[in-house]
Amino acid sequence: MNPPSDLKFTANHEWARAEADGSISCGITDRGQELLGDMVYVGAPETGLQVAANEACGVIESVKAASDLHAPLAGEVVAVNDELADVPEKINQAPYEAWIFRIKPNAGATLEHLLDAAGYQQMVDSE
Amino acid sequence: MLKRTPLYQTHRDMGAKMVDFGGWEMPLHYGSQIEEHHQVRRDAGMFDVSHMRVVDVEGAEARDFLRILLANNIDKLTLPGKALYSCLLHEDGGVLDDLIVYFLSEDWFRIVINAATAEKDIAWMLKQRDTRAPALKITPRPDLAMIAVQGPNARAKVWQALPGSQTSTQALVLFQAHVMPPWFFARTGYTGEDGFEIMLPAPDAAALWLALAAADVKPVGLGARDTLRLEAGMSLYGQDMDEATSPLEAGLAWTVDLQSPRDFIGKAALLANPPQRQLVGLLLEQGGVLRAHQVVHTALGDGEITSGSFSPTLNRSIALARVPLGIQTGATTEVEIRGKRLQAKVVKYPFVRHGKPCYSEI
Repeated sequence: MNPPSDLKFTANHEWARAEADGSISCGITDRGQELLGDMVYVGAPETGLQVAANEACGVIESVKAASDLHAPLAGEVVAVNDELADVPEKINQAPYEAWIFRIKPNAGATLEHLLDAAGYQQMVDSE
Repeated sequence: MLKRTPLYQTHRDMGAKMVDFGGWEMPLHYGSQIEEHHQVRRDAGMFDVSHMRVVDVEGAEARDFLRILLANNIDKLTLPGKALYSCLLHEDGGVLDDLIVYFLSEDWFRIVINAATAEKDIAWMLKQRDTRAPALKITPRPDLAMIAVQGPNARAKVWQALPGSQTSTQALVLFQAHVMPPWFFARTGYTGEDGFEIMLPAPDAAALWLALAAADVKPVGLGARDTLRLEAGMSLYGQDMDEATSPLEAGLAWTVDLQSPRDFIGKAALLANPPQRQLVGLLLEQGGVLRAHQVVHTALGDGEITSGSFSPTLNRSIALARVPLGIQTGATTEVEIRGKRLQAKVVKYPFVRHGKPCYSEI
């Protein structure tokens, strides 16, 4: 599955998408879910939490390992995808639909520093 | 260079994700570890366990030798073909390995040991043999492959794939084997389900694997093998016990015969060092996953998780943990997971047998 061109990416195999309301949705890439294996637990950050860019703010656990969730930019967690608490495997099945949490960016915080789809794909290919 | 089993290419062809497991390049999963787990609990799955080492012990002194070599009592084996689970102990009582020994005849016992410990175990057995039973023949069998077929429908599917095997194996009771030279069928396993472990000449392994696949037995990797054995409350050497651990502190007292007057290697050390800790089951009361080496806080002091994972059958996390003696079933402990303390209840394991939850909270 190619990384969608409307998303931005981190080196930690996370994606970020700018929503119409100005918030940023965050999730795990297809390559990320493949590396982790079957997801069994999503420990999303709580709404209201202030996060810094690249801060570890939650955890996802697969049968194999635990992995930190990072905030792609500074802001406030304004929503959490509760559906994933019951069906964490949705991250495996539809990684780019299974958003985990949303951040309202702080003033001046952007996604400019993240990889675009081509840059991310290049990183994956060179791993 | 990692070692490969005779089924290496077959695994690759079936889309396995391969990993280094104790120096062996083995399949972790063939797509979804959780699906493979359910497949074994609900139907039938097959595992390549050719990395484990078969060792034949032959000679008139075989039983006398095993009587002193093994912590469990070989004299429990009276019916030909029957198997016994035992620890192999060091003189200081530490666990060198855990193994299965099959009684085939008075001058032929067959032992199966773990892959990572095989060389060490064999050296130990030969050293003991040289002083205690020099005439005994001890023969490692790397020429044999081993395929485990496990699940409620495992035996029926083996008979479907190998029609010639049914007559001679359908009367086998649990933990009993039948030799059909050069093949060997044992009604044993490491999943808590019924099934067979089949040993056969390495060049025949791929054909059997494909015949089983044609009978709709799905391949299962080491990932699911670990969650299946953990649900079944079975120990994993190197994780739940090792050379620094007494079997009495590893939930294996039931395999150590301290009652009979028989002497065995390690017995004096076990008697001189009564256990201070015990292995218990833990059920995590909330979301998250218990993992090996996490600290367990109890009312009587700290303990440690030895094996932890997500249980696909129970849909929550379970673990085996070594905690101070005196902690009772039903007690609540706190496990430190990534800086947080989460509550976990002490339960009696196994967690799952024959597809059904079976742990006890009292």
